[in-house]
Amino acid sequence: MIKRLGFIINPIAGMGGKVGLKGTDGEEIVKKALSLGAKKVAPNKAKITLKYIKDNIDGLEILTYPGDMGEEECKELGITSIVVGNINMENTTYLDTEEAALRMVEKKVDLILFAGGDGTARNIYTSVGDRVPVIGIPAGVKMHSAVFATNPLNAGKIVVDFFNNTNVEIRESEVMDIDEEQFRAGRVVAKLYGYMNVPYEQAYVQSLKAGGIYSDNICLEGIADYVIENMESDYIYLLGPGTTTKKILERMGLPYTLLGIDIVKDGEILVNDANETEILEIVEDKKTKIIITPIGGQGYIFGRGNQQLSPKVIKVAGKENIVIISTPNKLIDLKRRPFLVDTGEEDIDRMLEGYYKVIVGYDETYVYKCSY
Amino acid sequence: MSKDVKLRDFHQAKWDEPIIFELSIPGQRGILIPEVDDEIKDRVGNINEIVPRNIKRDKRPVLPEIAQPQVLRHFLRLSQETLGQEINIDIGLGTCTMKYSPKINEQFVRHHKFSELHPLQDEETTQGVLEIIYKTEALLKEISGMDAFTFQPGGGAQAVYSNASILKAYHTDRGEGKQRNEIITTVLSHPVNAAAPHTKGFKVINLIPEGDTGYPSLEQLKSVVSEKTAGMFITNPEDTGIFNPLIKEMVDIVHEAGGLCVADIADANGLFGISRAKEVGYDMCHYNLHKAFSSPHGSMGPCCGAQGVKDFLAKYLPVPIVKNDGEKYYLDYNRPDSIGKVRKFYGVIAAVLRAYCWIMAIGADGLKEVSELSILNNNYLMKRLLTEVKGISAPWSEGQFRMEQVRYSWEKLKEDTGVGTEDVERRCIDYGLQEFYQSHPPYLVPEPFTPEPNETYSKMEIDEYANIFKKISEEAYENPELVKTAPHNASISLIHQSAITDPEDLIVTWRVYKRRKGLK
Repeated sequence: MIKRLGFIINPIAGMGGKVGLKGTDGEEIVKKALSLGAKKVAPNKAKITLKYIKDNIDGLEILTYPGDMGEEECKELGITSIVVGNINMENTTYLDTEEAALRMVEKKVDLILFAGGDGTARNIYTSVGDRVPVIGIPAGVKMHSAVFATNPLNAGKIVVDFFNNTNVEIRESEVMDIDEEQFRAGRVVAKLYGYMNVPYEQAYVQSLKAGGIYSDNICLEGIADYVIENMESDYIYLLGPGTTTKKILERMGLPYTLLGIDIVKDGEILVNDANETEILEIVEDKKTKIIITPIGGQGYIFGRGNQQLSPKVIKVAGKENIVIISTPNKLIDLKRRPFLVDTGEEDIDRMLEGYYKVIVGYDETYVYKCSY
Repeated sequence: MSKDVKLRDFHQAKWDEPIIFELSIPGQRGILIPEVDDEIKDRVGNINEIVPRNIKRDKRPVLPEIAQPQVLRHFLRLSQETLGQEINIDIGLGTCTMKYSPKINEQFVRHHKFSELHPLQDEETTQGVLEIIYKTEALLKEISGMDAFTFQPGGGAQAVYSNASILKAYHTDRGEGKQRNEIITTVLSHPVNAAAPHTKGFKVINLIPEGDTGYPSLEQLKSVVSEKTAGMFITNPEDTGIFNPLIKEMVDIVHEAGGLCVADIADANGLFGISRAKEVGYDMCHYNLHKAFSSPHGSMGPCCGAQGVKDFLAKYLPVPIVKNDGEKYYLDYNRPDSIGKVRKFYGVIAAVLRAYCWIMAIGADGLKEVSELSILNNNYLMKRLLTEVKGISAPWSEGQFRMEQVRYSWEKLKEDTGVGTEDVERRCIDYGLQEFYQSHPPYLVPEPFTPEPNETYSKMEIDEYANIFKKISEEAYENPELVKTAPHNASISLIHQSAITDPEDLIVTWRVYKRRKGLK
């Protein structure tokens, strides 16, 4: 069967970085970046990845987009590619990225490789969702999402592994982005946009003979079952975003929102996708537990992607009623960095500091530190 | 000799040998048993009436039918296609202490006076083996400082489970059995320290290493110790080879909370004469006689987990215990508080006999020298690997000496070349090593590699071992594909793991093979 790779470069990604713009989203910002002397960075990074792929995979069909969205880079490396779609060569926008990704899905590529940052990842996510695995070449200013390789060369290695090895693990990984206007004003407000399927660079679960029992899915089921069995009828449960927390609702047979806060009591859903006001109305002074999972690769447990769980909500529940769940892999991937919080209120952040017993399997916990 | 030790031009035999069932020819026999004399037949009677019905087969066993020369050739060929402790430098199997097992001890174990003992013999006729068990217990009591031992558990995991059972019985007797339902361990302790108590019904809390030390902080431990704490199960040093200097304080914290402390000393090779369980403050411990005490693993067995406890827990030990009434040795089953029987008969006494002989042969000074040599060998190997081999590192406690082993990481090599630990592991077979041990799960150390150069390896062998990995690293940087497609000089070539680990495809018996292949 023909191996087919979709390859998309966001040519303007990363341009704002060196000229201090903290991002390159929006036409005005691109113009400003250019006026400040910014140069394109994504194409060169993408070529590092592409060269590695060229040298290590035979018979790969590469579908790409016109001009500096991939076609030129393929040509420069002597790679024959199939170019799909049309663009305005002078001025590419996020719509081109979205369209390109959509075309790749329609053409049934096995994997999409893109070069860009969080904004590009979001655009790809809008078109692809979880339909096709995706891996990002880190080339943006902001890279909070967990869909990027650690560097362009490693992106190439992951692609090679993906096509040459039948045993590559695919994980759902966070697509994050921050509000750029607030970011340029000095405030970081990140949002969780969704999850894409990403081939995982084998490190922890690589050996079936040694680590097969630790597969993520088995751990997730163990975590979910343990939490469900220990739910108490006089508590209200606020379940934060993420595939880890939503596994609980999935196994309870309840509807859920992947990115929102779902409220459960007595085995029933009270509200899906609740905002802060709705949460506060329901919990009032009732006994409440918050079930959350850290954001992959970053370790934020509050203040990123779950702002609905505001300082007020945290106060009502109390620190002792925060239940953190995570697969062991996710904790190990934090590479010894502590959990982080950024609720916007310093006294709450300080109160949240300390050690937590993180549920990592059925009746099993890891002790993990939280800092702010 | 020095680090200039040359690498071997190794190439393993390849026989393409069928499995023995495929060699079977109906009617062939290895031994032809002569007809029984009529006189014997007359005296003994009809064999079908003598053999009890419940042990009689209805059908003949489906065994390969094959003559002696073909059997011999078959197994010699297979032996040439394997690598084992006695043919290769088996430093790679860290955490297992693959040390030389003195051959004279095999003479004792295989002697008919020992090998033909029957576990149901009258005690009067087994005084010798009971004496060996009794005296080995005395030796281990001295080595550990514990007050009583049993050799009933058939391995380390069973010894830890048996310790968990005693811990449960202790708290239950004190009326705290339900309240104290949490066990604390460290994520880098042997996984059985979490698994065995969990199987016994405890909740398990794993402490994780903090900062660059490689072990958890006291603050972390204090944050989880409570009136629910039943105990702490811990391995020290863990497989990183880093000795946890806070261990005594940790034990004290758990004791103050009312919990008991259990040491996993499966790998004792760096501790003989240096650190005793008693002085650390442990209440229970276990040793693996099939590791540091020289008894061979023998294809993952036969093992013996020697379980030791303090006086106040001795009444819970499994039955039977060997005792001496002043005149003779006997098996004491009359122990009402015992957790019961954990294994049939005496346990694996071959391992006990080898351990007894080994300890007696080297004495107290020899035991300490074993540990000193192991630590010296390990730090010599570490120095060579970290200073001469590109792409390897030893996470945590940088610049510090280690105990008997180190968990290294090939993470940098993987980042630089795409060659990971599995590739290196396969490539080392091309130099006459058997594959190495990576890590217990979870893989906290990325691309792990855990060698353990115990006291029975010479400097020349350690140099050869280090040189092999230096060479493989050079190959990875120059020609990564060579390493990634290894092995090249072994009996079999690269097989993707998915092809051999899918339970759907596994065939582990001849009967299943025939069924799958549609053979009669």
